[in-house]
Amino acid sequence: MRRVILLAASLSMVAALPLPATAAAGGQAACPVADDLVQATFPMPNARSAAMAQRLDIAVVGSGSSMLAGKAGPDRAYPKQLESALAAQLPGVAVDVIVYARSQESASEQERSIVQLLAARKPSLVIWQTGTVDAIRVVDAEEFGSAVERGVAALQAQNVDVVLMNMQFSPRTQAMIALGPYADQIRHLALQNSANLFDRLAVMKDWNERGTFDLSAETHSTDVAEEVHACIGKLLARLIVQGMATASHSNSPATE
Amino acid sequence: METKRDLRLDFFRGLALWLIFLDHIPSNVVNSFTIRNFGFSDATEIFVFISGYTAAYVYGAAMNQHGFLVAGARILRRTWQIYVAHVFLFCVYLAQIAYVARSFRNTLYSEEMGVFEFLRDPDVTLIEALLLRFKPANMDVLPLYIALLVGFAPLLWLLLRRPTLALLGSIAIYGVTRMLDLNIPAYPSGHWVFNPFAWQLLFSFGAWCALGGADQLRGLLLSRAVLAASVAYLSVSLAIVVTWHVPAWTVFVPRWLAEWMYPIDKTSLDPLRILHFLALTVLVVRLLPRDWPYLRSSCLRPLVLCGQHSLEIFCFGVFLSFAAHFIIIETHGGIVLQLFVSFAGMLLMTIAAAVMDWFKHIDGRSRAVQSTRAGPARSSP
Repeated sequence: MRRVILLAASLSMVAALPLPATAAAGGQAACPVADDLVQATFPMPNARSAAMAQRLDIAVVGSGSSMLAGKAGPDRAYPKQLESALAAQLPGVAVDVIVYARSQESASEQERSIVQLLAARKPSLVIWQTGTVDAIRVVDAEEFGSAVERGVAALQAQNVDVVLMNMQFSPRTQAMIALGPYADQIRHLALQNSANLFDRLAVMKDWNERGTFDLSAETHSTDVAEEVHACIGKLLARLIVQGMATASHSNSPATE
Repeated sequence: METKRDLRLDFFRGLALWLIFLDHIPSNVVNSFTIRNFGFSDATEIFVFISGYTAAYVYGAAMNQHGFLVAGARILRRTWQIYVAHVFLFCVYLAQIAYVARSFRNTLYSEEMGVFEFLRDPDVTLIEALLLRFKPANMDVLPLYIALLVGFAPLLWLLLRRPTLALLGSIAIYGVTRMLDLNIPAYPSGHWVFNPFAWQLLFSFGAWCALGGADQLRGLLLSRAVLAASVAYLSVSLAIVVTWHVPAWTVFVPRWLAEWMYPIDKTSLDPLRILHFLALTVLVVRLLPRDWPYLRSSCLRPLVLCGQHSLEIFCFGVFLSFAAHFIIIETHGGIVLQLFVSFAGMLLMTIAAAVMDWFKHIDGRSRAVQSTRAGPARSSP
């Protein structure tokens, strides 16, 4: 019990830290981002109880932008970066991030793999990265929205917390892929279903405007891609810790 | 006949063309100030409404004078011109996308590269594009205009005889479309981004207003209650749109309202968007009288000129927005460059419109010399 209270207290403390301090705790370059862009609006009670029980299983369901090419790709892509960032922030908790990413999968195809995922091994938290493939194929935005809604409902019915992640910001293809309606659907569904949103589109746009990363560079090198993924992993970890701490405000024994 | 022309139409159509140009340049500071940032509706509504208004004004007179066949044939000739313009724009787009596809390398965006896949099978893509089923992003306004004009002759015929019945018919089509989710299928999947069965409502409403409807609405337009309701609606809409730009303020929109209201659909012209456009119109009619002297002043002349040559300037604007985005990306330009390309674009659109005007002028003069009976120059819809 004492340990649980301690963990709850540390969760809320970590969440209260401003970002630069959190990033510095990771021991790497900071990932500056406008303060209100990464905010846990809703609690993550399932992830929180899993962390209390010292075992946090997370699954990433995504498409091509949840992966990086090359031999080192799987270790450098944001899911593994998230795993190490979370492990560093939650001492004593075994954090495991499994990746179910397939390139070229639309939301309705991903929704089917979510059903299978739930049948196999139930994580406490699913990060669902979606939207790009549907936008490229110009799937009806409403059809896309209902696929996401079905997936989120299936996860929440099984007591799995959900973080929805939208598209990457890509300056060069910006005029060619109409992301707007899909981003709107994701934002709307996150709000309606009390799921947290990781607004990757806004975060990456912010980076591009600040000059943190030059996202319109033409390059064969994977450096920028790896740094971007590392930052996404860290910011995701911040969002998740914050979401778990939000739950502790409502029913934490420590606040009594 | 030029004295009868309502310059407010040209002015606002010119404004819509400038706004469409600016909105089509992604990552441009200037488009944080376009009308879509202040409410639900945007330049598309203005463009479609005024296009309906002017089409009825020009072809209505033709149909009264020369009959259904002549007016209908002229409408179809105009439709063909717009189709050719669309195909031209598609070529420009293809050239740009093919260039980017060849030169763009970045491992971060292997997924986004999927948008170039269609270049692999031009046999299908080109045919689908000619059939207006394949429409790249930001190239949906002209196909909508084409679809609206194709069905315009019978609508105009009815509008000239039974205007109220025609308007009710248009509202009924809109209602059924929204209820049954009717739309034209697109390639490779999905539907038309601007559903013509829904958007015809604004076009028909514009046409109805041009043929006497506006006079019938005069009492309503000048009523204080309507003005107050319009201002209230515009304010609420502004407050809601502001929360889209500041994520932290999302919480200020009550949950019940958000659930009822979102998503505000542009494809099938959400009623909230129509209401916003109507409220704007009420305000404009109040504030800008038809004989507002500034409409003839030289500082508003660029907008009026652009509005008077809308098809050419629209196409040129889309082309310029491709070019502007290209320049911003290639040179990694900041705010100064974004401001520069935005204003340069508007200037070029104005120059092009002035050249068009000059051509029209010399054509009119040579026609006047050729014929003994010098008729007035035809104005374009």
